[in-house]
Amino acid sequence: METPTLPPQGAIKHGGRWRRVRRFIALPLAALALSGCTVPSFGAHAGATVGSKSVYHLWQGFSIGAVVIGGFVVILFCYAILRFRRKGDNIPRQSQYHLPAEVLYTVIPILVVFGLFAATLVVENKEVANPKTNVTVDVNAFQWGWKFTYPGTSTSVIGQTTQAPTMVIPVDTNVHINLTSTDVIHGFYVKEFNFSRYALPGVLNQFTIQAVKTGTFFGQCTQLCGLYHSLMFFNVKVVTMPQYTAWLASTSNAAAAAAAKATTKQQTDTGVPTKPATSHGDN
Amino acid sequence: MRVEAKILLSLGTFFGVMCAVYWNWSLENAGGVMMFAGMLLCFLPGSYYYWWSRRMKARPEDDPHATQSSGAGVVGSFPGTSIFPFTLGMGAFFVVLALVFGIWFLVPGIGLFVWAMLGGTAEGRRGGNV
Amino acid sequence: MTDVLDPPVVLSGDGHGEHHEEHHGPTGILKWLTTTDHKIIGLSYTVTSVIMLVIGGLFAEIIRAQLSSPNGSIVSLAQYNELFTMHGSVMIYLFAGPFAFGGLANIIVPIQIGAPDMAFPRLNALSYWLYLMGAITMLMGFFTAGGAANFGWVAYAPLSNSINTPGAGADLWIGGLLLTGFSAIFTGVNLTATIFYLRAPGMTMFRMPIFTWNMLVTAILILLAFPVLTAGLIMLYCDRHFGTHIFSVAGGGVPVLWQHIFWFWGHPEVYILALPFFGMATEIIAVFSRKPVFGYKSMVFATLSIGALSLGVWAHHMFTTGVVLLPFFSIMSLLIAVPTGIKIFNWIGTMWRGEIWFSTAMLMALGFLFTFLIGGLTGVYLASPPLDFFTHDTYFVVAHFHSIVMALVLAGMGGLYYWGPKITGYMLNERLGKIQFWFLFIGTQVFTFPQYILGLDGMPRRVAVYLHDPQWKTLNDWSTFGAVLVGISTIIFVVNVAASWKKYPVGDNPWDAQTLEWFTTSPPPHHNFYRLPQIRSERPTWDYNHPEHKSLAHGGGTDEPPPLAATLTSALEHGQEEDG
Repeated sequence: METPTLPPQGAIKHGGRWRRVRRFIALPLAALALSGCTVPSFGAHAGATVGSKSVYHLWQGFSIGAVVIGGFVVILFCYAILRFRRKGDNIPRQSQYHLPAEVLYTVIPILVVFGLFAATLVVENKEVANPKTNVTVDVNAFQWGWKFTYPGTSTSVIGQTTQAPTMVIPVDTNVHINLTSTDVIHGFYVKEFNFSRYALPGVLNQFTIQAVKTGTFFGQCTQLCGLYHSLMFFNVKVVTMPQYTAWLASTSNAAAAAAAKATTKQQTDTGVPTKPATSHGDN
Repeated sequence: MRVEAKILLSLGTFFGVMCAVYWNWSLENAGGVMMFAGMLLCFLPGSYYYWWSRRMKARPEDDPHATQSSGAGVVGSFPGTSIFPFTLGMGAFFVVLALVFGIWFLVPGIGLFVWAMLGGTAEGRRGGNV
Repeated sequence: MTDVLDPPVVLSGDGHGEHHEEHHGPTGILKWLTTTDHKIIGLSYTVTSVIMLVIGGLFAEIIRAQLSSPNGSIVSLAQYNELFTMHGSVMIYLFAGPFAFGGLANIIVPIQIGAPDMAFPRLNALSYWLYLMGAITMLMGFFTAGGAANFGWVAYAPLSNSINTPGAGADLWIGGLLLTGFSAIFTGVNLTATIFYLRAPGMTMFRMPIFTWNMLVTAILILLAFPVLTAGLIMLYCDRHFGTHIFSVAGGGVPVLWQHIFWFWGHPEVYILALPFFGMATEIIAVFSRKPVFGYKSMVFATLSIGALSLGVWAHHMFTTGVVLLPFFSIMSLLIAVPTGIKIFNWIGTMWRGEIWFSTAMLMALGFLFTFLIGGLTGVYLASPPLDFFTHDTYFVVAHFHSIVMALVLAGMGGLYYWGPKITGYMLNERLGKIQFWFLFIGTQVFTFPQYILGLDGMPRRVAVYLHDPQWKTLNDWSTFGAVLVGISTIIFVVNVAASWKKYPVGDNPWDAQTLEWFTTSPPPHHNFYRLPQIRSERPTWDYNHPEHKSLAHGGGTDEPPPLAATLTSALEHGQEEDG
């Protein structure tokens, strides 16, 4: 009986196969580059604010990375399961490691991660910044509606569930939002802002947005807050600055008394909201 | 036992570094305390194993050239059947029900619990069933 | 000079000698109630957790039925909140964890390392009873006046306090988790002690199978994380019943503290769930490629890194609170993708230049790999706070974690098909298994992909109706279709178990597998081994059966393999009855 000779471990030939794999990556990348200036949206949207646009671009950047890396892995995977199917009963070479490859697929992901982190930081710092601004809205979330008050005025907008109160803000201006809750945690989410923030009881969350186009944008509560969580709607209406100033003035005077009453009502209310238009059987 | 010790000590060191960075940077106490506790929880068995690993002779499972005969003899005590895990489990169940439905559930709860603790200990001293 | 002491003796004891074949004991239900045999306990865990999978799955199908119209009335708003809370709770607390570390690990780890049982057999049994009673406790909530817990599986304060969620259902949820929490902690103790103290001679740490390594890291994570959850639950209970104000603003408490405590456990928990299934997939891929695990040492290092990092990322679940240190958690969460990627490349490397045999187990493992890749990549997005700000609490997150957990289910099914014959002595029908695989794999992709789109389009999670955007119905219906396919796959599995009952007996090693458990009989005898081979690598059974294709000697031996004749002789001579 001879001494078993182990095949030389870890020697993977480079060449043909690797070149083919590289070609697989080059093609889609070239297609991407040659497709023109438009990078695909990968499911997201540019939205209506300055911040939403940067977030959108960050999303696209991450997605390109995901497609490249994910695509590469899927190609390797598919190649492996197709090329190395069992053809008989022989036992393949028992290779157990390949140091160069292992180093590569440790180091490259680390570098990619740091790149993603750097891009994240840039956008994140913009998103959490609170520059000086002239327009402030206090947002108060409660079970199960929203109240928008404008400090320095007596304007107050309040609504429950599908009444969907509307927050009016001016376009192209930094709007500072003070967000809190009077009971449980709620989530302030507007799809077109590519943004959400928790309304926490006892905490004042502050953020700044600058809308770049006018229109009415839908928002709703995203953090589970009890029975009518699915119906806690609101709207954000972006108007021009003159329209905003006019609106503020008119609502301030007329609504001064009404706002006070609405606040008291909310405090004495047992919290049962108005039945939404379509009833669908509660408990 | 060196590898075992090294695993736990490295984990503990890693948590220590993470804790130092995090607590100083965020000044957030809950996370800081929890990571610090995690570090201690790794160092506790880790240092025990490390202390022993320097004082014990190589066990057969640490010896890469061991043969099965080097592990001959009694490996440990593996009590066969025992009713006391079930009893203790039921005791715990009733204690939890006491938390929910009323304090009187503590009667069967603590009762079963105590019986299981006493019975299980006695069984252990006896050597357990086969 | 340090004294050379005897190694610490774990337990004193009684030796068993040659009584294996004559082992008598209670039978029937008394045997089940009093067993301390890890194989029976593990089997009980597996069966119970699969029942929990079916219960959780039923809740899911009802949820999907409700979401099949924008204003569905299959269930009320209140019932819906109970449904998704209990769906998540049952799946995470009562199925995935117990299946992994209480079920398969309990059975397999001792026989993979050559141990006669777990280190603490009675504690092992206690773990099972605590789990079973905890599951019953939690589900009891449905039979109370106020219904089961309805605050999400994460029970955020203040929603979970006694003002917002009065009623016994919530307390039963807390109580159930106290029981299952201790169950897990005791299993963690058992696994760690068994792996550290009961390995067979020659089975050094770096010769353990990857599944056992993964279970070791899982066990350490359990020990570090579960006590935190238990403490948090006790605090929540005190807030609810003893008038404390830990989490309520009115008394000077901090609601967000609950989230810190919960997620400090919660994130390691998802790795506690994932690592065992990673281990299963590793074993299966190696065996059915007829190759050793590629990059064994880097696999171990990656697992340890995942375990370590997982304790430092908890607040990525809290990015939108506005009160956590975003950059720290962002970089830590991004970094965790690196060892996970290493694992994926190692799995592909294991298949590379192999002879791949597409058994059901292998199909399941490959389905796991692909699905986990998708879930992992979408997780990278969530590690970036700006991207998390608009995907948090939407169906994007729901899709991400369902990709991950369905990948784990695929791997778990693979584990059942792979190790089922070892545990029971009978194979499952392979044809039915492959049909099950295709329903499960395709169903998973069909139900998760529309949810990614829905989330990006703004559909929040935990909503019973979607009045504002009724056009979401189409995507929801596709998702429901996928969920139905997954449900069918579960039915096929149950049919397979029934139809294959005792039909296809197998020998010791039907798969020509590599690790130590395949050296013993199927099922293993009492105390697991009549004889053990010489252990010189992480594939002792393979080395014994295929001495001409030996592994590199790992774990401190020389790389020069011993001569063939000596290997066979010593294996035959020194393989012997295991005492105790």
